[in-house]
Amino acid sequence: MMKRYWLAIAALIILSPLGLLADGTAWGEWGGNDLSETLGYIPQGMQNVQDVWAGIFPDYSIGFLGESSLSQSIGYIIAAIIGSAMVYGLSLLLTKMIAAKKNSTLPCSNK
Amino acid sequence: MHIPDGYLSPSTCLTLGAVMLPVWYRASAKLKKDLDVKQVPLLSMGAVFCFLIMMFNVPIPNGTTAHAIGATLVAIIFGPWAAVIAMSVALAIQALVFADGGILAFGANAFNMAFIAPFVGYYVYKFISKNALQGSTRQLAAGAIAGYSAINCAALVASIEFGIQPLFFTAADGTPLYCPYGLDVAIPAMMVAHLTVAGFIEGIVTAAALKFMAVQPVTMLQAQTNKKEEVV
Repeated sequence: MMKRYWLAIAALIILSPLGLLADGTAWGEWGGNDLSETLGYIPQGMQNVQDVWAGIFPDYSIGFLGESSLSQSIGYIIAAIIGSAMVYGLSLLLTKMIAAKKNSTLPCSNK
Repeated sequence: MHIPDGYLSPSTCLTLGAVMLPVWYRASAKLKKDLDVKQVPLLSMGAVFCFLIMMFNVPIPNGTTAHAIGATLVAIIFGPWAAVIAMSVALAIQALVFADGGILAFGANAFNMAFIAPFVGYYVYKFISKNALQGSTRQLAAGAIAGYSAINCAALVASIEFGIQPLFFTAADGTPLYCPYGLDVAIPAMMVAHLTVAGFIEGIVTAAALKFMAVQPVTMLQAQTNKKEEVV
């Protein structure tokens, strides 16, 4: 049963480059430069926090792979794998910690 | 719908982050009470599903893009509180590793996608699917409508957060300090994207995944019943 779900996850990872086909940016997610092209300026408050955090693989792209659409797709898949592993790991860690607390009190509630 | 840093004022970020603290607290308390350790891997897969489905950008007629968020499915299967945790984890990795959604705006993004979306999705689903058979058309339709409603409510809330910025936060000369677009621009732009495209994707994804899972249903409830039988 779990195998079925893992296969579905694997399928999503392999198909993820389909998400690259959509051109453009989501509304309200433009970077400072894109915004200054449309507005003529970068809002001051935005400028102040622009460099707060750039991420490790911004925009799900693995920079060193290059710009061709094939390497972008491969990069996107790698980002999907890295991200999935991290999400799975963090979620496992968090929820196990939460669930484990309960189990330690279980014997008492069973009495 | 991942608001980057700089679009919301620090006070907006702080307020929404402060709202999320009791939500996260309640979610972990709920999980502590209800979550079976055996469910942990499956719930974590739910978080991965949310993360991955958000990578599927789809084009919007107005030249922007949008994507499904997956929150509805996780809320239906594990309950809204578990979905709060799963979505928050996915959003945290997106912000930290992929700079998708701001660090300062994490509370706001969590409020929209890890709180509003799962709760709307869960209750819409519950209302429509009442007494529906597992795998029935009504159950799947309930999932689809729940997904459509959930992502649109989240998008509406996000657009309001965007839109109030120029009302409250401007420089001395009147230029906006953060998101420069008011409610009159932000709400239509976000809602067009989600009412016409992303909402349907979230609905279809939710229903399709429910159908996929209906072959071997593993709802939290069912797992708990099985456990009781084992004990007996």
